[in-house]
Amino acid sequence: MSIAVQPKKPVRAPVPVVRRPRRRKERWLSYVFLSPWLIGFFGMTLLPMAISLYLSFTEYDVLSDPTWVGWENYRDLFSDPRYLQSVKVTLTFVLISVPLKLAFALFVAVVLNRGIRSANTYRAIYYLPSLIGASVAMAIVWRQLFTEDGVVNTVLRGLGMSDPPSWLSDPSASIWTLIFLAVWEFGAPMIIFLAGLRQVPLELYEAARVDGASRWMQFWKITWPLLSPIVLFNLVLQVIGSFQAFAPAYVISGGTGGPLDGTLFYTLYLYQQGWGSLHMGYAAAMAWVLLIGIALLTAGIFATSRRWVFYAGEDT
Amino acid sequence: MTALTSTRGSSTIRRAPRPRVIVSHVALIAGALLMAYPVLWMLSSSLKPEAEIFNNLSLVPSEVTLDNYTEGWTGLGMPFGVFLWNSLVVCVVSVVANCASCLVTAYAFARMELPLRWLWFPLMLMTIMLPLHVTILPQYIVFNQLGWVGTFLPLIVPKLLAVDAFFVYLMVQFMRSLPRELDDAASIDGCGPFRTFSRIIVPLMVPALVTTAIFTFLWTWSDFFSQLLYLGSNQGLFTVPVALASFIDATTSSSWGQLLSMSVVSLIPVVAFFAVFQRWILDGVSTTGIK
Repeated sequence: MSIAVQPKKPVRAPVPVVRRPRRRKERWLSYVFLSPWLIGFFGMTLLPMAISLYLSFTEYDVLSDPTWVGWENYRDLFSDPRYLQSVKVTLTFVLISVPLKLAFALFVAVVLNRGIRSANTYRAIYYLPSLIGASVAMAIVWRQLFTEDGVVNTVLRGLGMSDPPSWLSDPSASIWTLIFLAVWEFGAPMIIFLAGLRQVPLELYEAARVDGASRWMQFWKITWPLLSPIVLFNLVLQVIGSFQAFAPAYVISGGTGGPLDGTLFYTLYLYQQGWGSLHMGYAAAMAWVLLIGIALLTAGIFATSRRWVFYAGEDT
Repeated sequence: MTALTSTRGSSTIRRAPRPRVIVSHVALIAGALLMAYPVLWMLSSSLKPEAEIFNNLSLVPSEVTLDNYTEGWTGLGMPFGVFLWNSLVVCVVSVVANCASCLVTAYAFARMELPLRWLWFPLMLMTIMLPLHVTILPQYIVFNQLGWVGTFLPLIVPKLLAVDAFFVYLMVQFMRSLPRELDDAASIDGCGPFRTFSRIIVPLMVPALVTTAIFTFLWTWSDFFSQLLYLGSNQGLFTVPVALASFIDATTSSSWGQLLSMSVVSLIPVVAFFAVFQRWILDGVSTTGIK
């Protein structure tokens, strides 16, 4: 599912040589090659998942043995105001930043795809933030740009806004610094959209022009349907990624999630619970709720996609 | 498809009306400046005298000084070079380990008659989407009991075990596009699976390996969460992101210039990498959806 652009099907010529039936021994040799992954799968994925599931039903502070508490951690989650706040912050972040980011990405991709000169240079400049945006360094810069008298507020004042928000101390404004940072990284989905746009047959646009369709019509009747599988792909990828954002919130709030938990991302609260206060059982429960939440949301997106994703070759 | 893309650029330019093209360029240049602004601001601020960073909004410093760099370099009590070196070690070892482990795994999936393949392959694909938080907690507990927290081992050992399933998938896809006749010819010449792998497949996998190497390097370089967890409080082993984060805590309001200058230093390898491998990186993103 990770392939945005349909890879070219390998053309397999009819095998001229009759392949010898492999000996049993040789078939099991394949496990020599598979063994690193197999060890990793059991040791680093499956077993840890089982352990974290078990821990989520216990109280565990690393120092003493875990004690079984049943569903208590899960029950506590939903009466923990900081937990609910972290869910709210994270959902706000995902629901605003992902659509904005994808809209930008699609818009710029469509503009760049019109055979514009030096499109490759623009492409590179617009992509670069995706590469560095999640780093601690950029979060530091962001924090400086949004200080009370920082660049952003100076520009806003220059534009006539007399009382620009205190981005870093107002809990309802602080989430926006993180949203802006995320939207700034629209380059990666843009590149994927561009690759998709290149596959749209030019004849379709020519035919539409002959029929007198406006650019707006061409976009909605040709570009959007043909690109919708890629929109779905980008959407799923970005949603999953955004739920797991950590470094920017950690740096911008100095690890606290502040001001007043305004940037308390889910992962940041999980980190505070697990490693700050050593509530490993509680953190494990949080991780499982996150996994189930992401899975349900992804499934939900796929369920709605039947309505708006168009697959070439199918009749609508 | 290639033929189509190569011809379309010129024909569209010829047909597009002039004013529209100019408007597009103006908008695109403005957008590019806006996108580049934070980076340029960081660069110019790091070269300004401390007092000027917040007072002078111009991107051109009134006076260029390297004080921030020289002071920031030792701002954490040990030279920043230590952290750069640590990050480099972790990255290089991760790249080699990840390439090797994903390659052998992909060979088993793509080229060998693997019993139970129907079971393992979908499981491998499912792990691509798994949020790391579900597994990192128990991993941490185990690594902690092994005494590995505060060493590079928890960052490197998973790479030896092909845990980044995305790259396995990438390589499986690439390997499937290599002609099967090569394997058959090799097997007629008496090559076993090991020799077919090392003599035939590995040399042909270079493009997929380069993509894997580039993205493993970039991701590892800016990875913060696991490095923050696993390096503990052993400052001598801090990698660049962890060092920068602890620099913030140690920073008083008067040394933001130093912090910014070291942020610049931390991004130089990434940007240099992008400059050199631009084509590979952008192709990698557009064909695979890697970030």
